[in-house]
Amino acid sequence: MTFDFDRVELTDLSRHFGRRKAVARVSLAMHAGDIVGLLGPNGAGKSTLLGMLATLVAPTTGALTYGGKRIGEVGEGIRGRIGVLAHELHLYPELTARQNLEFFARLHGLADVEALVDTALEQANLADRGEDQVSSFSRGMRQRLALERCLLHRPRLVLLDEPFTGLDDRAVRLVADRLKRVAAEGAIIVLATHDLDVADGLITRMAVVRSGRLLCDVAASAGIRQQYRALVESV
Amino acid sequence: MRFFRVALLVLKKDFAIELKSYEILSTTLFFAVSCVAIFSFAFVKDGQAPVDAAAGILWIAIAFSGTLALGRTFERERYGETLKALLLAPAPRPAIYLGKLLGIVTLLFATEIIVVPMVAFLFSAPFFERPLLLVALLGLGTVGYAAVGTLFAAMLVRARTRDVMLPILLYPITIPVIIAGVRGTSALLASPVDEPVAMLWIGLLSFFDVVFVTLSLWTFEPLMTE
Repeated sequence: MTFDFDRVELTDLSRHFGRRKAVARVSLAMHAGDIVGLLGPNGAGKSTLLGMLATLVAPTTGALTYGGKRIGEVGEGIRGRIGVLAHELHLYPELTARQNLEFFARLHGLADVEALVDTALEQANLADRGEDQVSSFSRGMRQRLALERCLLHRPRLVLLDEPFTGLDDRAVRLVADRLKRVAAEGAIIVLATHDLDVADGLITRMAVVRSGRLLCDVAASAGIRQQYRALVESV
Repeated sequence: MRFFRVALLVLKKDFAIELKSYEILSTTLFFAVSCVAIFSFAFVKDGQAPVDAAAGILWIAIAFSGTLALGRTFERERYGETLKALLLAPAPRPAIYLGKLLGIVTLLFATEIIVVPMVAFLFSAPFFERPLLLVALLGLGTVGYAAVGTLFAAMLVRARTRDVMLPILLYPITIPVIIAGVRGTSALLASPVDEPVAMLWIGLLSFFDVVFVTLSLWTFEPLMTE
């Protein structure tokens, strides 16, 4: 049975690459329903933090727990509860949209794959393009497909790195609405983005990092851009 | 059972991609055939090939085209960072390694089906006097070479210098496999066939395979975690 959890906690989490401290003593707790905006300038350590949360990067020091348990205690099953959408879309361009989704559904050991894939294609507004190769899709279509690939196994923890890149205004709204629904169903969403206008009204919490350090972790309110500028430029 | 299901799923996916373009099979095959043809122009004089040259040329063609196939196969996983997506699945990571290994081995077997008769014809090499021994040598040698190659190619996916680093890391470590393959194949070409020597090298290849595959399965997960 897949391990489930309703909170993720980072305690004094650090990751060093040689002498460079990509992440330094970050402590953060996230709960079901949270949409945490991970904000910060380029090279702040956002992607390394996401990598550690995704179990792809091992922390140098500190603790990362899912529902109070460390990764070593819960085993590989934890990855069945994590969904990742990175800047690179994790899709095979030579395969069709349907083949991509079917492959990842089977890799996750999901049941009733065909029905799941049909639903995912509808959610991505690609029901009529399921048999087309992904290489023929626009960036926006790929992005929507990649989001559904990431949500296919109904992950508890959804990690998104710049999910709005290449999307037009309508698609941004569709994706934002989809993320709100996923959070309302009990997922924890961590969203690393530079697009503060989109983040405004979407994220429920704002975690700002710079030079690997967590500057603040506060409830998001209207006017994220002003809050962000005040924080990053004042420190 | 899930372990083998995942390995087969990865293998099936690689086949599905290859069937869309035949890109890796055609480049690997073209490279191996060109390699054998160039050696035949250099070494075959008046229809006479040097004794034992065929064994070395066959294994050079397999090793070099294998490096090409390894690089191309993982280049596909680099584009779109799909290897990361495979590692994020709740599946045993060694099963993903095994699936990739099976794909490379199948590709090299397909290359050998063309290259072995070609070498036999151009170098007048009696490869098929002991077909089972030849199949054992090629099979075990290919698995040993691909086992190490798949691990290194996966490790180097993120490295900028991967095209340079792969042969630098791969060839020194697989030297025992190449030597065993060449010496075993030479024993098959001797007149009369030196069966005990061929069996000795097959035994050694089996040992290398067990060591290399076990070590690769064991180290794949820690090596793929940053």
